[in-house]
Amino acid sequence: MALMQVSSPHAHGPLSTPTVMRTVLLATLPGVIALTYFFGFGTLVNIAWACLVALGCEALALKLRNRPLGFYLNDASALVTATLLGIAMPPYAPWWLILVGVAFAILIAKHLYGGLGYNPFNPAMVGYVVLLISFPIQMTAWAAPVGINANNPPGLLQALQLCFAPGSIDAMTMATPLDLLKQNNGLLLEDLWRQNPQFGRWSGIGWEWANLGFLAGGGYLLYKRIFTWHAPVAMLASLSLMAALFYDGGSSASTGSPLFHLLSGGTMLGAFFIITDPVSSAVSNRGRLIFGAAIGVLIFLIRSYGNYPDAVAFAVLIMNFAAPFIDYYTQPRTYGHGRQHEEQDS
Amino acid sequence: MRKIWDFHGGVHPAENKLQSLQCDISSAGIPPQLTFPLSQHIGAPAEPIVEVGEKVRKGQKIAEARGFISVPVHASTSGTISAIEDRLIAHASGLSAPCIVLDSDGQDEWISHQGTEDYSKLEKAELLKIIRDAGIAGMGGAGFPTAVKLAVNPDAHKIQTLIINGTECEPYITADDVLMRERAADIIAGAEILRHILNPDEVLIGVEDNKGAAAAALKGAVRNSGSSVEIVTFPTKYPSGGEKQLIEILTGKQVPSGGLPSELGIVCQNVGSVVAIYRAVVHGEPLISRITTVTGAAVAQAQNFEVLLGSPMSYLLQLAGFQPERCARLVMGGPMMGFTVADHEVPVVKTTNCLLAPTAEELPAPDPAQACIRCGLCAEACPASLLPQQLYWFARSREYEKLAAHNLFDCIECGACSYACPSHIPLVQYYRAGKAEVTQMRHDQAKSEHSRTRFEARQERLERDAAAKEAQRAARKQAAEERARQAASEGQEDADPIQAAIERAQAKKAASQASVDGEAGPKTETSQAADTEQAATTQADTAQPDAAQPDAAQLAIERARAARAESAEQSPLEKANSKLQRLQERQAKSEAKLQQSREDGAAENIIEALESALEKLAPKIAAAEQELKALQEESEG
Amino acid sequence: MYELIAQFPFVAAMVALVSLGAVFGALLGFAAEKFKTEGNPIVDQINEVLPQTQCGQCGFPGCRPYAEAIAGGEAINRCPPGGEAGIAALADLLDLEIIPLDDEHGEEKELSVVAHIREDECIGCTKCIQACPVDAILGAAKHMHTVIVSECTGCDLCVEPCPVDCIDLLSEEITLKTWHWDLPTSDVIASDRDASAQEQAA
Repeated sequence: MALMQVSSPHAHGPLSTPTVMRTVLLATLPGVIALTYFFGFGTLVNIAWACLVALGCEALALKLRNRPLGFYLNDASALVTATLLGIAMPPYAPWWLILVGVAFAILIAKHLYGGLGYNPFNPAMVGYVVLLISFPIQMTAWAAPVGINANNPPGLLQALQLCFAPGSIDAMTMATPLDLLKQNNGLLLEDLWRQNPQFGRWSGIGWEWANLGFLAGGGYLLYKRIFTWHAPVAMLASLSLMAALFYDGGSSASTGSPLFHLLSGGTMLGAFFIITDPVSSAVSNRGRLIFGAAIGVLIFLIRSYGNYPDAVAFAVLIMNFAAPFIDYYTQPRTYGHGRQHEEQDS
Repeated sequence: MRKIWDFHGGVHPAENKLQSLQCDISSAGIPPQLTFPLSQHIGAPAEPIVEVGEKVRKGQKIAEARGFISVPVHASTSGTISAIEDRLIAHASGLSAPCIVLDSDGQDEWISHQGTEDYSKLEKAELLKIIRDAGIAGMGGAGFPTAVKLAVNPDAHKIQTLIINGTECEPYITADDVLMRERAADIIAGAEILRHILNPDEVLIGVEDNKGAAAAALKGAVRNSGSSVEIVTFPTKYPSGGEKQLIEILTGKQVPSGGLPSELGIVCQNVGSVVAIYRAVVHGEPLISRITTVTGAAVAQAQNFEVLLGSPMSYLLQLAGFQPERCARLVMGGPMMGFTVADHEVPVVKTTNCLLAPTAEELPAPDPAQACIRCGLCAEACPASLLPQQLYWFARSREYEKLAAHNLFDCIECGACSYACPSHIPLVQYYRAGKAEVTQMRHDQAKSEHSRTRFEARQERLERDAAAKEAQRAARKQAAEERARQAASEGQEDADPIQAAIERAQAKKAASQASVDGEAGPKTETSQAADTEQAATTQADTAQPDAAQPDAAQLAIERARAARAESAEQSPLEKANSKLQRLQERQAKSEAKLQQSREDGAAENIIEALESALEKLAPKIAAAEQELKALQEESEG
Repeated sequence: MYELIAQFPFVAAMVALVSLGAVFGALLGFAAEKFKTEGNPIVDQINEVLPQTQCGQCGFPGCRPYAEAIAGGEAINRCPPGGEAGIAALADLLDLEIIPLDDEHGEEKELSVVAHIREDECIGCTKCIQACPVDAILGAAKHMHTVIVSECTGCDLCVEPCPVDCIDLLSEEITLKTWHWDLPTSDVIASDRDASAQEQAA
């Protein structure tokens, strides 16, 4: 028998790209469960439909690019993009909305740039932003949480109906806490809280638990060493710091407490599932600290002073632009190369 | 407690060391045939000093070191030299290399040898010579000649720390571990010899904390011998056994890029080498055997053997109960940095610390590489703090300048990045290929630069040759004219024959001088090849330079300068006038010469040439007349 | 002032733009003069990129003449020893499109070669010595010649003039010293370029 001739190393670590992707999918579970509990089956339907579309688009792109289908579909990266986009979309979004978003994410944001590993922007966020800009009404119609005004979130069948036959039945939608805060006209924060039933203990009902769910999932991924703590911690720290700096105790012009910001909107989803996307983020740990911190600042600025109530997608895309620049200036000092950073052309 | 530093990166692969630690070191015995590659170390291969058919004894030197960075090779048992030829050797390329083949006679008869019990009486240089003559090269895997490493100049770098490397961070390998357990006293004794040679401030033995028994044995040996060697244990992490990493762990210092540990006052030696030094100095035995771990799931009983160098790997594997059908690849060294060998028959050499015969389930064939997702796990694992994925992109797109700029050459090829990569990209192979390409590129650039200078030197020389030939031709022409003038003036009464003779001689001299200058020119060229061609192309030319002659060419140039200066002082009118006069003189001379030739009955072609020369002069005279006329009119008007 | 602008907005805009243009133009002109960099003359830069085999396959007598010709607008794809990499480097230097090698001038060789004289056949005519552009052949008339391997560029200019055909171009053998790992080849991560190339081939 001929002996194999390969370059060292011969041993290999336990991690593989498909494993990483599947672990990420698994880690979304607590957050998805919370979303489903509070807002009904909409998110699950979103995810399922988005995954289906994503696989179709991925297969189409691979076919056009003459790549082996099985090998690349197996890496599950399309499923991660689709799942994240499905979570970020409002529950009970019409089917075509998701189709457009996912197709844009996979075909344009991912494969036109060369496929997995080559895309400069986070595909899920590109898809999300395209939808948000193109279909603002559908994208901001978020379902009302369970128990408010005797709302009973739609069941699975109704959810499917809402998705694939939009308009056939009505679902109750409400402004999200971030919307309310943005549109707050002269009410003290305390009053705003009291007047709107969607506010819960720390932020919005449902939102706080969904965010805690994603925090738990993120903790699991950290434990599994799927990514390092640098970017998420930097982002959450800078967001809290910004919120604390600008928090005035709850006047009518208040921008919300740090805890409110941490547990609102897509904060935790962004911190642990979006900005940790390795392809489009900075590479070194120092770079990730900068990357995450800048995203935290941007999220706060856009939420408080920008046009959109939530800002994770925009902040991430803006910093995706800056990632190569950050990488350039955070190159590690190679062993044996003196203490000062050598400026070398790159 | 000593302060321990940490180094960046590193990985924790499954250790798999227990398998081969079940029994003590056992002797592998004498195989029927042994093969000794002439190059078992880094540096110039050794040169055979035995002949085919010669009987040799155990420990006899059979190949001598050639050059400074080289070590000799010794027969590891007695027998007959049966061949000196190219054989497959343990090298990743699977290529063959010159080897000495020995058929053992089973007697295992030692050559007479003698150790030095009290080495402290020996000079440093003598000890180094003993170590070099014993053929000792780094036994941790690199195989750098030990004597060269120990020959640091104490004036340039005072050695503060001697580090003995008992780290053995690679999975599976336990050769150093059992050596430390069973021969701790030898290691301490060897360390004392090194202390005598290097005179360091401290001697440290670095051991990973997964080798508790080895560390305990060493500590016991230190106590027994009353030595001041310090045993330092530190957390297990791959690749803490790399020389640079171990230095950082124990001293917190980093070896400068492209530099040597001795620049920091540090020398590092493997425990195996230290034992070999001990045996060479105290027992007078050259390096003819080593401890090799035979392990992997494709052997029935993984264990450590004391094996004679030159034994075929197949022989050693059989002793351990090798099941060839289960073995997909045979690795010399560990699973992280070892390389696959092409054949079971290749011999064990000085650097063979481990033979790993894994099954396909144990170390599966590499998965097809997936796309890099820039996860950065490689950068986190890299003990050299490089950016492996950046290097990967550059290597893939063959951007060699950038590879070098991103410090590719600081990569120690430890394999931690490939191990960590979730996309199973064979990163190390990319770096190896990249390094080779960068080296090749630098070599090519240097060569092309060299070729360019040679080409330009040649062009210059050719031009100079052409110019010299031109000068020679002009000189000849001038001489001919001189002769013609001479002939023309012969009839004139005021002609001075002596003057004419002198002029003729001068013209001749000028001509020969010019030709000599032309030929001698290239001789000043430093290029050896220029001389060569000089010899080739001018061999027939017998012109000899005469140093005593005045430099006629120089004189001619001065004369021409003087004439030019003179003419510069003349007015245009005068110039034109004198020009016309000269031309008319020439015409008259030529006519006279023609007349003369006709009268003498000269050859037809000469007459024709003179006639045509006269014809050519006529329009020139006409032009000069016209010019003169114009100038006259101008000056009048 | 404000009234004037309000009255003639178009004129005001024109004046503003023209004066801005004048100011910045003057600044740029000044900077161009003041901070003028004396670069390597382009011919030298091109010559640096060329492989210096001096083989003349491009149709010019040596690399420098070809460099001059390129500077004068000659095509950059006439140098087989430089190959695709050389063309890419030239295209990069001169900001031109990468074009395939012109096979009229020869094909790119995979391995580096050196000339080798079969010495017992050599009659010592010195013809190859005269042909060698880098003086890499040693010998004298009616004596055996030999190639200085380390100086030979493998240009093959000596092969043609040899009257007894005793010169071969041999590729350098792979030894333990020169062997190295190649870049990994993977049929799974194919680049899009490969795919389209396969399509064209099919």
